[in-house]
Amino acid sequence: MNNPIWQPRIVAFFCTWCTYTAADLAGVSRMKYAANVRVIRVMCSGRVDPQFVMDALAKGADGVLIGGCHPNDCHYAEGNYKMLRRFRLLQRMLTDLGIETERVRLEWISAAEGEKVKTVINDMVEKIKAMGPLNLPGRFQEWDREMDSLEHAATQPKESEKPHAH
Amino acid sequence: MPTKPKIAFYWCASCGGCEEAVVDLAEDILGVIEKIDIVLWPVAMDFKKKDIQAMPDGSIVATLLNGAIRSDEQEEMAHLLRRKSQYMIAYGACAHLGGIPSLANQYSREQMLKYVYEETPTTHNEQKVRPQLKWSENGREVTLPELRHVVRALDQVVDVDYYIPGCPPTPKITQQAVGALLEGKLPPKGTTLAPDIALCDQCARKGTKPTDVSFTEFKRPHQKLLDPEKCFLSQGVVCMGPATRGGCEAVCTAGNMPCTGCFGPTSRVKDQGAKILSSLCANIGPRDEEGIDKVLAGIPDPVGTFYRYGLAKCMLRRKVNLPPQAQEAKV
Repeated sequence: MNNPIWQPRIVAFFCTWCTYTAADLAGVSRMKYAANVRVIRVMCSGRVDPQFVMDALAKGADGVLIGGCHPNDCHYAEGNYKMLRRFRLLQRMLTDLGIETERVRLEWISAAEGEKVKTVINDMVEKIKAMGPLNLPGRFQEWDREMDSLEHAATQPKESEKPHAH
Repeated sequence: MPTKPKIAFYWCASCGGCEEAVVDLAEDILGVIEKIDIVLWPVAMDFKKKDIQAMPDGSIVATLLNGAIRSDEQEEMAHLLRRKSQYMIAYGACAHLGGIPSLANQYSREQMLKYVYEETPTTHNEQKVRPQLKWSENGREVTLPELRHVVRALDQVVDVDYYIPGCPPTPKITQQAVGALLEGKLPPKGTTLAPDIALCDQCARKGTKPTDVSFTEFKRPHQKLLDPEKCFLSQGVVCMGPATRGGCEAVCTAGNMPCTGCFGPTSRVKDQGAKILSSLCANIGPRDEEGIDKVLAGIPDPVGTFYRYGLAKCMLRRKVNLPPQAQEAKV
């Protein structure tokens, strides 16, 4: 992307009990943070399927932020641990697939930590701005361009294939 | 004389195991051949591309194509057969999901060719000779197909009507699919012709699958003496069963090997690797990063383990930061 006004797009999955409430608090406290995050409220960070993270990246997100309750504070007792375990391996697998680790981030943010929502988001936006766009949809298109010539040829039967040529 | 329905078999980037699976129909193949006319089957019969080119579009009832698509020739054949066939069927894991060949999507074409022709321990190639696309000698010109940069599943190249999964598909699901085709009892387009339920459902070890599995370590099959009756997950061995479609009748687990995922995901799962990662990791015992990482050290290669048969159909498709294709020299 050569667009000089490119802004990162970050998909955030926030647990409703802690991080989403914290984001709410940041809002009512009139804290200002970068407007690059699209928040999706989930019941628990343990609900965040690794498929959601990969789908977000594949559909054009430049980063994914997951917010959950601090250890020992999960509303459902275990959900944040499930997310942490998935995150440890997902990070490693995404690195193997060429995604920079800073693009996918897990943070524990309690309902009282509106300030942390602000600092985490600002920090993440800054880091991703420095890295530049991920632009997977564009990369997919670029990869598939190698098929263009043949696809065009294949839609029209070649001269030699016409049954009654000559 | 009424003409029999025409069927074509074709192979692309595959190992030949899918051809073997057709032969595995054994004497039942005679019954199949009675009902159909095979118009192309490179492994067994002497029909050529020009024979297919001469046929009217749509005159083949179905093409069963196995293998991933990774060269311009395979791509061209896929397009040709698509045009000549009423139904295009992706046969086997490679055509369905990219298969083992699509693990090459972790590398660039140049990395791969360099390694294979120059760097493997058994290669002695001081002049660094590589296969050329064209070569002339004594006025005769020989050509080779060009490798693509990306290995693709069949439906990433042409429109696919049905999928027959497996590495290779079992004789039973092959027969059921051919039967459904000949009787015209086909499900909606895009269906995978196998049961839409996880492998665990067919596994004889299902009864020993713990409801509260808590992994303290992961062992690979060669690192452990495996109990022939207990669920592999309860033994701390990665089994792809929970994230893999059934239909193979659990032949691997019956042979005391865990499922490696060749039937791909069920219709409700978009990404098989992400799903098994989710399932396995959620059930790890430790709660702290260090403890979790220690358990996860037992899975040294998550991409190769979770996408063994389907990196092409992973949501990311390929290692995303490989050098741009335009910068890579021609083969």
